[in-house]
Amino acid sequence: MSETRFTDQHEWVRLEGDTATVGITKYAAEALGDVVFVELPQKGRKVGAGAEAAVVESVKAASEVYSPVGGEVSEANAALEAAPGGVNDDPEGAGWFFKLKDVAAGDFAKLMTAAAYAEFVKGL
Amino acid sequence: MRYLPLTPDDRALMLKKIGAPDMDALFRDVPRAAVVPLSAFDLPDTQGELEVERALSKLAAKNIAAGAAPFFCGAGAYRHHVPSAVDHLIQRSEFLTSYTPYQPEIAQGTLQYLFEFQTQVALLTGMEVANASLYDGSTATAEAVMMAQRITRRGKAILSGGLHPHYAETVETVAGLSGVITRAPVTPGNAEDIISLIDDQTACVVVQSPDVFGLIRNLRPIAEAAHAKGALLIAVVTEIVSLGLLESPGAQGADIVAAEGQSLGNGLNFGGPYVGLFATREKFLRQMPGRLTGETVDVEGRRGYVLTLSTREQHIRREKATSNICTNSGLCTLAFTIHLSLLGEEGFTGLARLNHAKACALADRLSAIAGAQLVTPAFFNEFTLKLSKPAAPLVDMLAKKGVIAGVPASRLMPHEKSAANLLIVAATETSTDGDFAALERALKEIL
Amino acid sequence: MELDPNRRRVTAPGPMPPETLRTISGDRGLDHEEKLIFEIGRQGVTGVDLPQVQISDARLAGLRRKSAIGLPGLSEPEVIRHYVRLSRMNYAIDAGLYPLGSCTMKHNPRLNEKMARLPGFGDLHPMAPRSTTQGALALISELMHWLTTLTGMPAVAMSPKAGAHGELCGLLAIRAAIAARGETRPRILVPESAHGTNPATAAFAGFTVDEVPAKPNGHVDAEALKAKLGPDVAAIMLTNPNTCGLFEGEVIEIAKAVHAAGAYFYCDGANFNAIAGRVRPGDLGIDAMHINLHKTFSTPHGGGGPGAGPVVLSAALAPFAPLPLLVVDGDGFKLIEDRDELRLFPEVGGAKPFGRMCAFHGQMGMFVRALAYMLSHGRDGVRQASEDAVLSANYILASLKDVMSAPFGEGPCMHEALFDDSFLEGSGVTTLDFAKAMIDEGYHPMTMYFPLVVHGAMLIEPTESESRESLDRFIHVLRELALEAKAGITARFEGAPRLAPRRRLDETAAARKPVLRWSEERFASANEMVQRTISGDERPEQKRRAVDTVAE
Repeated sequence: MSETRFTDQHEWVRLEGDTATVGITKYAAEALGDVVFVELPQKGRKVGAGAEAAVVESVKAASEVYSPVGGEVSEANAALEAAPGGVNDDPEGAGWFFKLKDVAAGDFAKLMTAAAYAEFVKGL
Repeated sequence: MRYLPLTPDDRALMLKKIGAPDMDALFRDVPRAAVVPLSAFDLPDTQGELEVERALSKLAAKNIAAGAAPFFCGAGAYRHHVPSAVDHLIQRSEFLTSYTPYQPEIAQGTLQYLFEFQTQVALLTGMEVANASLYDGSTATAEAVMMAQRITRRGKAILSGGLHPHYAETVETVAGLSGVITRAPVTPGNAEDIISLIDDQTACVVVQSPDVFGLIRNLRPIAEAAHAKGALLIAVVTEIVSLGLLESPGAQGADIVAAEGQSLGNGLNFGGPYVGLFATREKFLRQMPGRLTGETVDVEGRRGYVLTLSTREQHIRREKATSNICTNSGLCTLAFTIHLSLLGEEGFTGLARLNHAKACALADRLSAIAGAQLVTPAFFNEFTLKLSKPAAPLVDMLAKKGVIAGVPASRLMPHEKSAANLLIVAATETSTDGDFAALERALKEIL
Repeated sequence: MELDPNRRRVTAPGPMPPETLRTISGDRGLDHEEKLIFEIGRQGVTGVDLPQVQISDARLAGLRRKSAIGLPGLSEPEVIRHYVRLSRMNYAIDAGLYPLGSCTMKHNPRLNEKMARLPGFGDLHPMAPRSTTQGALALISELMHWLTTLTGMPAVAMSPKAGAHGELCGLLAIRAAIAARGETRPRILVPESAHGTNPATAAFAGFTVDEVPAKPNGHVDAEALKAKLGPDVAAIMLTNPNTCGLFEGEVIEIAKAVHAAGAYFYCDGANFNAIAGRVRPGDLGIDAMHINLHKTFSTPHGGGGPGAGPVVLSAALAPFAPLPLLVVDGDGFKLIEDRDELRLFPEVGGAKPFGRMCAFHGQMGMFVRALAYMLSHGRDGVRQASEDAVLSANYILASLKDVMSAPFGEGPCMHEALFDDSFLEGSGVTTLDFAKAMIDEGYHPMTMYFPLVVHGAMLIEPTESESRESLDRFIHVLRELALEAKAGITARFEGAPRLAPRRRLDETAAARKPVLRWSEERFASANEMVQRTISGDERPEQKRRAVDTVAE
C-alpha cells in the first residue's frame, strides 16, 4: 500500500514501507517550463526533512528541490540526466528524482494529502 | 545642448500631460535637504565639441605614444599592428551601440560572432569549450582558481613564481576568500620546482607560459603531477600570439586556460579595456563563469544562436551563481575575433614566427652588450636581461632620452631582491631595426 | 502629336498583395543570410600581408606547435562583407529606442570615440615610464574629480572593470573595514527587488544574503530592514532610485540606522541617471557606490561590454580602497602599486588597501569617453539630462497607465516606469508575447520579468536621448498593442516575432544539448541545415515552448 503526500514547496513523496520516491509536482513542472538539467544527489547521502537534495533547471530558472522526509538516498533517476524532459512528460510518475531508504515515518505524517495540496494550489 | 532633443515647449507639454506643475514635483520623493543647486558642483558648464577636443587633445599630447618612440614594453600588454578594417568594423552602429543579446531574434549579429569567437578560443587554446569572454586575463585567472576550488572542493591554490604579479595579487584578493593561496618562489629565467608543492589539499596549480619574464614553460609534467593528486592545472597566457607558434596548453594537459586577448584587435589603451579568454574541458562546462552562446534553430528551422546555460549566471542564480559577472568585454571581443579572422591560419602563425624572429634578433644584439646578460634561454617575443645596474632608474633615464626601454621587473615585484637589475623587453612585428639600434646605443651609453 | 515608340512609358504602380516570393539565394532584398567564418574560409588565403621569416627552434624549449590550429583563412573583402552582414542583423540604439529599464541606453556621442582613439591615449602602455604618461594620469585625476564631485563623496576607486566588479570592490572594502575593527559580520541585507548581481556579489565576497521584503507600494520595508540589523550585519545593498523606478525617500533614516548598528551602506549606482546633477548620494549617507560608466555616462554598450565601474567611497571606507592609488609628487602624477610605497606619501599614509581588483589600473578607454561626455554636458547639461530622463519616463507612465497596469502609478516615477501584466489577465497574452510583438513593430522590448516583486514586470526607461516625437510614436504603438491584447485580438502576438531576422528560437534545445562551438564533424549536418535555410524547405512549425518563469 503506498500513499503520496505533498509539501508546500511543490515536492511529492510516495512512501512504500520505509522506502520513499521523491519528485516535483505537475504544478511545479508546468510553472518551470521545459526542464533542461537536473542535479541529483549521490547514492548514500543522508538528508534531513526540508534539506536541499536536488536542483532542477529550466531555461530561465534554477530551483532547489527539498527532501520532504529524512532518509538515505538509495537511487537517483539516471534517465533524467540524459533526458531531463522526462520531468515535464510525467512529473509525478516516471519523472521521479530520487529514492530514499530508512525513511523517518514521522516526517511523512506531517505532509499534506493530495486533497490538501490541491486546495493549497488553488489558493496560489 | 546637442545631445538633448527635448525643447522647452516639449517639456511644458509633457508636464501638462503628466499633470505636474514643474520638474520639482516629479522629484517629490527626494528629501528637500538632499536636493542641491548647480552651484554646489565645482565643475564647468556645457562645452561644444571644439572646446572638449582641444582640452582632451592637450592631455593626450602630454604622453609619448608607443608608436612615437623606440618602444619595448610588454609584461602583460603588447603592441601589435591592428589592421584598419578592424576599427572600421567595430564602429558600425549595430556593433558599437547594441545591447547585450538577450533578445536573440534581433541580435543574431552579436550572437553569431560570439559563437565564432568561442570556437576560435577553443582552437587556439586546444580546449573543448570556451566562453564569450571575461573582463581580462587577470580576473579570468581569479575566476579559474575559484572554479577549480568548486570542482575539487578544495581550497589551496599554488601560483607559479612566474605568474604576472598583478595576476597573483588579483587571485589573492578575490579567490583568497575561499582558500589559501600559496606563491611558489620567483626564479627568473628558470622553471621553479612547483611540483613538490602539490599535495592532496591542492585545488589547482596556476602556471603562466610564457611567464612574466618571457620564459616558455613546459606544462606537461606539471599537469601530470597535479592530476596525480586530484588537482587541476590552470594555464595562463598573457601574450595570445604565442599560441601561433607554441604548443597549446590543452595539448599539454591543462584543465582550464585563462588568457589575455588584448594583443589581437585591441590597442594598449593604457591598461584597459582588454578581453579575458576562458576555456575548459566539456566535463566542467556547468562550473564555467561568464556568458555562453549556443547554436539552435528557430521555429522555421533556420539555424540561429542564443545565450544559453544562463542558469549559472547572476541574473538567475543570484547568490548561487558561478560568478557575479554581468557585462563582459563585448566590443573588445569583436575586435579580437575580426583581427583573427583577417589573419587566419597562415597570417596568425606567420605573425607568431615574425614576433619570435624579431625578439631573437634583439636578444642577440643586446646580450652582446657588456653589462647586459640574457636570463631567459627560451622565449617567444619577450625576454629578460640582467643588467649591471638597477633597471628601474635606468628605464626612467632612457625615457627622458626618448627610448621606452621595457618594464623593470622591480616595478612588478619590488620586494624580490633578484628582480632589481632585471629588465623585461618585448619586441613585436611593429619593432624596427632603427628601434633596435636606438636601444642598443642607449644601453651601451648608460651601462 | 508625334510619339516616339522607343520612349519608356512610366505609370504609377498600383497596390499589390504581400510578397511571398521564394528567392533563389535565400536572401531577401537587403536581408542577407550569413554563414560562419569556418564555412567560408579556406587554406591559402589571408587578410593580412606579413614579411615571411625563417626561424630556428633553438629557443622554443622543444614546445613548437606540431599541428595546425584549424583557423579559417579569408581575404579582407570577405571579412568585411561577413561582419557587415552580421551587423545588419542587430538592433542598436543608433537605429531605434531601447526602453530597457535599469540599462540606461542613452545616445553614445561620437566625439567620445574620436577622443579615445587619440594615439596619446590609445597607444599608451600601462607600465610605460611615468614621465611619458602624465597626460593620461591627469585625465584619470580629472575624471575622479567629476565622479567625487557629482556624488559628494571624498574618494573613488577607479580600477573595477564593470558594475558587478565595482560591487565586489565595495563589498571587499567593507569586509576589510570590519576586519580592521576586529569584528566578524557575515550577513548582508539585500532587498528582494535587487538586481541579481547584488546577492551574487555578496555571496562571491563570502557573505550570506538576507532578503528584505518590499512594501506593497514598491519601496523597501524600512522597518523590516531596521529590525534585521544587528552586530552580525556587515552592510545593506540598496539601489536608489530602486528597481521599481522609485526614489527611496527614507534613505537618510535608513543610513542612520545602518551606521548606528555598525554596518555600512552600499548603494548600487545603476540608476544614477535619475538624479545626477541634482542629488549627491554622499549627502544621503552612503558608504560606497559603483557608477556604471556605460549607463549614466554614455560609454557604448558594445553588444555586452566593455564597461567600467569606478566606486566612490566614504571617509570610513576610503582607506581600504584597492591598489593602485593615484598621487602627486614633485615629478607629477604617480601610481602607487605597492603597499610599502604608501608611507612615502602622507596624503595616503593611512591607506590599508584590501588588495588589487585586476591587472593595471582601470578601463582607460572608457575613462576618456566618459570624461568627453562630462565635459560636453557640463554640470548644467548633466542635470538637464537627468531631468529629461525623469520627465520622459513620467510622460510614458502618464500616457499608458490607463490602458496598461502600473502597480505604483499614482505617484511620479523616477527615470523608469514599471508596469505589470495585470492588464493582460484573461487575454491569453503574456509579458513575453507582448515583448515579442514589439519586435515586429521595430522596437527592442523593455526589461521583462524584473524586478521580481511584481508579476510579469515590464520596466521602461526611455532616457533623455529620445525626442518627443520618438516618445509619442512608442507610446502609440504600446497603446495599440495593449488595447488589442485586452480586446482579445491576439493575431499580432501569436508566433511573434515574424519580421525579425530570426523568429522565436529554441532555447530548450540549446540548453539540453549545448553546441558551443563549430567543429569539423558538425560541418556536414550544419551544412545541410544551412542548405535547407537557403532553399527554404518547409519545416513543420515547432511547438512553441514557454520559456518564461511565470505560470499562466
